[in-house]
Amino acid sequence: MKYFRHKNESAELLKSDQQISNERRRMLKSAKNLIFALFRLCVLVGISYVILSPIIEVVSNSLFADTDATDPMVYIIPKRPTLEKYSAVIKTIKYWGVLATTLLHDVVLMGLQILICSMVGYGFARFNFPLKKVLFACVVIMIVIPLHVIMLPLYIEFKEFDVFGIVSLVKGGPINLMKTMSPLYLLTFLGCGLNSGIYIYLFNQFFRGLPKEIEEAAFVDGAGAYYTYFRIMLVNAMPSVITVAVFSLVWQYNDYFFTKLFNISSWMSMKISTVYEQVAAIYDINSPTITQLYLYAAVVLDLVPVLLIYAVLQKYFVEGVERSGIVG
Amino acid sequence: MKKKKKMTLARRRAITGYLFIMPWLVGFCVYYIKSLFMTIQFSLSNVSVDPKSGYSAAFAGLRNFKYILLEDGKFNKILVTSLRDIVIDVPLVLTFALLMAMLLNQKFIGRTIFRAIFFIPVIMGCDAISDAIAQARQAAVGGISSTSAAITESSASTVNLDYYVALFKDIGLPSSIIDYVVGAVDRIAEVVDLAGVQIVIFIAALQSIPSSLYEVAKIEGATSYETFWKVTFPMVMPHIITCLVYTVVDAFASSEIVQYSYDMIFSSNSYDYGSAMALTSMVVVCLILFIVVAWIQKHTFYYN
Repeated sequence: MKYFRHKNESAELLKSDQQISNERRRMLKSAKNLIFALFRLCVLVGISYVILSPIIEVVSNSLFADTDATDPMVYIIPKRPTLEKYSAVIKTIKYWGVLATTLLHDVVLMGLQILICSMVGYGFARFNFPLKKVLFACVVIMIVIPLHVIMLPLYIEFKEFDVFGIVSLVKGGPINLMKTMSPLYLLTFLGCGLNSGIYIYLFNQFFRGLPKEIEEAAFVDGAGAYYTYFRIMLVNAMPSVITVAVFSLVWQYNDYFFTKLFNISSWMSMKISTVYEQVAAIYDINSPTITQLYLYAAVVLDLVPVLLIYAVLQKYFVEGVERSGIVG
Repeated sequence: MKKKKKMTLARRRAITGYLFIMPWLVGFCVYYIKSLFMTIQFSLSNVSVDPKSGYSAAFAGLRNFKYILLEDGKFNKILVTSLRDIVIDVPLVLTFALLMAMLLNQKFIGRTIFRAIFFIPVIMGCDAISDAIAQARQAAVGGISSTSAAITESSASTVNLDYYVALFKDIGLPSSIIDYVVGAVDRIAEVVDLAGVQIVIFIAALQSIPSSLYEVAKIEGATSYETFWKVTFPMVMPHIITCLVYTVVDAFASSEIVQYSYDMIFSSNSYDYGSAMALTSMVVVCLILFIVVAWIQKHTFYYN
């Protein structure tokens, strides 16, 4: 009896010992988690500050009055907030008209990009044909080749546009496509537009991840390849379509390479790049500090539409990127 | 009979496949292959620009390459600096992107907001406004967004950076490592800007790792440090190659050497020298890329 009692007691003692050590372990763990969460918060807030600080600076400076810019007492918060910089820039670059044209062409180009790149990606993902591997290697080469290597031939190609001499026959000479949007449309339509290689790669990875059974069922039911592609595959590829849509909208809108190469002066990014000189000339401003304020206002005006698009599509976009096959 | 029918189906599928990729195939031949040949032709000839009749090219052999490599004093220097910048940037950007992706992949309050903020550099990555943004960044004095030089210069700051650098030097750390780290922190803003797309790719990669692997590691008693090196890192490896290529291409496209050849062509109208420069820099970068990717590929583990 005594023996048993003793054993029970020691068992109880042992149990409580274990409980204590368990408790201690739990406390240690929660403390560790807390410290790590704090560390994570510090890092993320710090990096977020790095990303956001110039934006805050630009927005606040664009609201400065001329006197605030030279006042050493003013930092971030303007003494006399004013919207005159905005109205001046809107007037100088005819903002609303430029925005409308840019967005219109941007959206149409985005549609073309999605259509062509998804078609090419689908072709690579689902059909077997000779030289397929070589051709897909060409897509990768297209991504890797820096655009500046081919920019001069492209410039000449569109400056003296002449497809197999047909244009010369009809019009009596090559036509100059500079300062028009047609080079952008031609390039995009032929799958060589801005970042098209990346989009083709993305669509290819995504289509390869979709189950083959859907298409087989459609094929058995008598659907043609194009019907299957438009009505079944493209609908299923919605996440990657949204990803490409956002990337293409934003990158095309902000594109400076092609617009500069083809001299499309009515594109938003071209207008923003010249606004500094224009404002200085029109309003006769000699101080670069003050001209800079106008540039900041122009940058805000340039970014607001993009950020709005991003805010609307953000949720789908993050989901889309994660679900689509952007990764190898 | 049956065999023949199967053949025709396969052939029909092949033709449909060609039809699907046709637009791109035409575009690639017309714009890329033709343009590449044209660039090579320019670089091998003596191009003279005539305002009336366009241009005329006379074959000149390797004279242009000789000129830009041996006589033009600037090209060599800029090429080496650009390459050095790329070589320094790439490991930095990749490490940073992977770390950030791992932080953003965890569950915590406000994750959506932070992810949205980390997407902003992807959106802002454009030439037209980046200059203005860079200027604004310089104007935003203080904080970690300014350089350490600015911190040490500004009298209002209470942080004496030199003191801490000297502290680490006293411990006996080699100064090259310290300089690298200080330089990296100096350019944190640039690194963040360069790492936008890579963070997205790494987040997607981390989410594609099957959770069963982590469970096994936990049951076997692996610490989180071991789990990272034995599970996370090998599984992310294939995507590191994707990111590496993207980083190098991205960094190269915005490097000084590209700007220099661009100016050569469009400002000085030296088509031949500009083409030779563009080609040379491209070949060098592609060669480096090829070697590095081949080396990593050898050490890469593919799960599937």
